[in-house]
Amino acid sequence: MTASETQQISGSATAHHHVHSMSFIRYVLLALIILGSTYGDVYLAKGMKQIGGISLGRWHDLLFAPFNPYVALGIVLLMIFYISYLASLSWADLSYIMPATTFGYVLTALAAHFMLGEHVSVTRWMGIIMITAGVGFITGGPSLTITPTPEGVSPHLEVHS
Amino acid sequence: MLLLSAAISTWAIIAVIVVASTAGDVLTARTMKSVGDLDEIRARSGLLGAARAVVTSKTFLCGVFFMAVGFFSLLTALSWADVSLVAPAAASLTFVTNAIAAQFFLNENVDQRRWIAALLVFAGVALLAR
Repeated sequence: MTASETQQISGSATAHHHVHSMSFIRYVLLALIILGSTYGDVYLAKGMKQIGGISLGRWHDLLFAPFNPYVALGIVLLMIFYISYLASLSWADLSYIMPATTFGYVLTALAAHFMLGEHVSVTRWMGIIMITAGVGFITGGPSLTITPTPEGVSPHLEVHS
Repeated sequence: MLLLSAAISTWAIIAVIVVASTAGDVLTARTMKSVGDLDEIRARSGLLGAARAVVTSKTFLCGVFFMAVGFFSLLTALSWADVSLVAPAAASLTFVTNAIAAQFFLNENVDQRRWIAALLVFAGVALLAR
């Protein structure tokens, strides 16, 4: 990515809110949130499939689950996700960051199919796509609830400039 | 009959994940908002100062407790059902409950656009469940 592209991205985001500008590092954080949560879940699932169904009578088996290598890898990935997620929460609304991550569901379904051999039915795909589309509504909106500035810039006109 | 009860317990554990994660998310978000922009704190008192500001908060510790409950419920759910069902269902329903909780507990502005998204999410989850 060139410097001018980065400039453009942060420029269009600043149109929303002047104080909290969206810089390149924040896009990296968003990518870490999406990839960390997706692959974290997939590796947790891979490990738990090895361990087998937990029965509620033997719930304490769960305490040993983190010693399974795949579960451990999943936990490391989820920690990367969580740290990026926490950092992002200091500059954006929870109800903005959460939906931005739902793009990862498509990746989760793909990875579940190709890495774990899960059968993803047509209706399940439709459900996942509908969830992702629903959440796509959000990402055009402002990332942080702030009080209007005196300049009175209309954010929606400048979103996709 | 066995299949039906397996489906019920899968959705019950997904409900536990959703409630616990929402509590965890709201409590940690509340901590981060009260702490302020981490970049500014780091500029003032360094990375350790920023970390200490977060970790010493009681609200944050409560949030972590609920996230742990949510995590072990997630492990249980993943041992019972497909990740392509559990992950989207749990996370997207958490998104909807988060939007509701954000309005009530964090005073975030949840506009019409976000509510439309919430409805689409419900429809999507209903498709997942079939």
